[in-house]
Amino acid sequence: MHKPQAQSTGIRTRGRGILGGVTQGLALAVALLAPLATAAGEITVKGSDTMVILGQRWAEEYMRAHPTATIQVTGGGSGTGISALINGTTDVCQASRAMSAAEKEKLRDRYATVGVEIPVARDGLSVYVNASNPLGEITMDQLKLIFTGKVTNWKELGGPDAKIVVYSRENSSGTYVFFKEHVLKNADYTVRAQSMPGTAAVVNAVAKEKFGIGYGGAAYAKGIKLLKVKKDSDSAAIPPDEAHVKDGSYPLSRPLFFYLRNKPTGDVGAFVDWVLSASGQAIVTKVGYYPLK
Amino acid sequence: MSEQSSKSQPGRVIPVGLAPPPRPTLPRLGPPPLQPTERKGHGQAERPRLASRRPKLHALAEAAIRVLAFSSIAAVVLIFVFIGKEAWPLFHDSAIWKEVTLAKMWFAQQWPGYDAPEHVWQPVSEIPKYAVWPLVVGTLKVTLVAMLVAVPLGVGSALFVSQYAGRRLREIIKPTVELLAGIPSVVLGFFALMVMATWLQHALGLDSRLNALVAGVALSFAIIPVVFTVSEEAFGAVPRSYVEASTALGAARWQTIVRVVIPAAGPGVAAGVALGLGRAVGETMIVLMASGNAAILSANPADSVRTISATIAAELAEVVFGGAHYTVLFFLGVLLFAFTLATNLLGEFAIGRMRRRLGGVA
Repeated sequence: MHKPQAQSTGIRTRGRGILGGVTQGLALAVALLAPLATAAGEITVKGSDTMVILGQRWAEEYMRAHPTATIQVTGGGSGTGISALINGTTDVCQASRAMSAAEKEKLRDRYATVGVEIPVARDGLSVYVNASNPLGEITMDQLKLIFTGKVTNWKELGGPDAKIVVYSRENSSGTYVFFKEHVLKNADYTVRAQSMPGTAAVVNAVAKEKFGIGYGGAAYAKGIKLLKVKKDSDSAAIPPDEAHVKDGSYPLSRPLFFYLRNKPTGDVGAFVDWVLSASGQAIVTKVGYYPLK
Repeated sequence: MSEQSSKSQPGRVIPVGLAPPPRPTLPRLGPPPLQPTERKGHGQAERPRLASRRPKLHALAEAAIRVLAFSSIAAVVLIFVFIGKEAWPLFHDSAIWKEVTLAKMWFAQQWPGYDAPEHVWQPVSEIPKYAVWPLVVGTLKVTLVAMLVAVPLGVGSALFVSQYAGRRLREIIKPTVELLAGIPSVVLGFFALMVMATWLQHALGLDSRLNALVAGVALSFAIIPVVFTVSEEAFGAVPRSYVEASTALGAARWQTIVRVVIPAAGPGVAAGVALGLGRAVGETMIVLMASGNAAILSANPADSVRTISATIAAELAEVVFGGAHYTVLFFLGVLLFAFTLATNLLGEFAIGRMRRRLGGVA
């Protein structure tokens, strides 16, 4: 007549209770993490911090001229962009350095292609010092000695008696790799080199540090002094301005690249063509870099 | 007639004059007798009928609550399993061992171009170098500086607020310190980078603007509220009888505090310190912006440091999935996770002990 009611007033843990609870919790977590779909037809551009402002200006202008297009630009460093290209999470990779053989190998393993390299602008990698620093020019060899830690005091270069504070970039940066290859000749940076997250951070740090030195893209140089660079002690000291970067006499001029997995077609192709056209190159000059021609 | 209607319509309001006389209540000896609706073993005295009518709804509600309760545990377990899985190749994969081994990570290596064996962290290089000690020492240095600043300030304020301050002052100080906890860490890092670094360099004549001192002081702003809140609860939980007994025996105020209140609240304060330690070790944004990120292995707090959390934040985006660099970064993540988990568990254990000892709700 009256069945005993086995009412529970709390959480039951009969045998599989806890395991059941954890499984239900996992199910909830998976359900809540439903993949976020990206809009169809959206172009993703990822990579170099040196190029991120340039990429954003291009994207803004292009979207203004073509209202149906959507372009998403992020930074993170050339290394990040190349990784994203290899991992398939971006359409276009912006890079301030060339892809290495190892990276091309990884790309070939995953996508059976060595990728497409498109130079889109030129940059003169500049060396910054604080505005109060008496030094005006520097040789490539002196740069190497400073950034590998062999020279630690400004007086060895004819400056005041003070320790040199070296500012570098994080190792995800294409600028970091370019500088290492072309200035340090593949030697290691000194352990005392402080890693800043972006070129703007390097400029800010050198502007505030009386005895600092750093490097970065020409477009960011505000509030500090750009050094003239001599290939060796006998050559002329070349400033990083447009004429010398374009004719290649500035020792640290470098091309800025777009990397894609395959030849650009469709929406992406239209965007790349526009970037290489006169309107795209005009923006390069506006941002502070140097156009291809 | 009114009495009759009051019986048939129990919800009706009855004018006082016509209400039935109140029953005299006698003092009860022993537990009240079981009413017909109460049965032994039931939590709900009034609704067994409803539950028996809808067992499925009851079970569904219980399942939903259980899911919510366990989903946070599931999240912690999942996170640990995931990062452990990504770090696991370091222990068995020979392809990874070509580039880095555990020995190369923990012992000084003689690299070409260097004068002596050194611990070098330079993973993007012709020969990648993965020495972990500079990162561990860097993390510990920043944490130590932060604790040295935060613990005296936090515990001191907690002591002042709970023992000395009047009510008005307490109501001003407590929310203000807890407001510090609401400042986002990126704002603290930005403030340290722009303002504090320059000021400290001028005040102390340091070589480099960004160093462990700057990062440690900025980090302490993030830890002070944690230490303060838990310590203040600990001091507040010391029973008044302890304090009164001590005063009755003739102790001065400061004697009572030093010899009675602080020892009694000891585990609680230790718990606050442990929680602050866990927070300090894991904090990323402040150290990423203010510490200079140079992997220097030295004891000097005026040197730039590279912490584990900043390393992972700065480098993880660029690595190709599954490579040696990727695996080493996840291994660092496991280290960090294990350390923070251990300090947080210690803190929770100590809080439980404090509450049990002082008779609060455990």
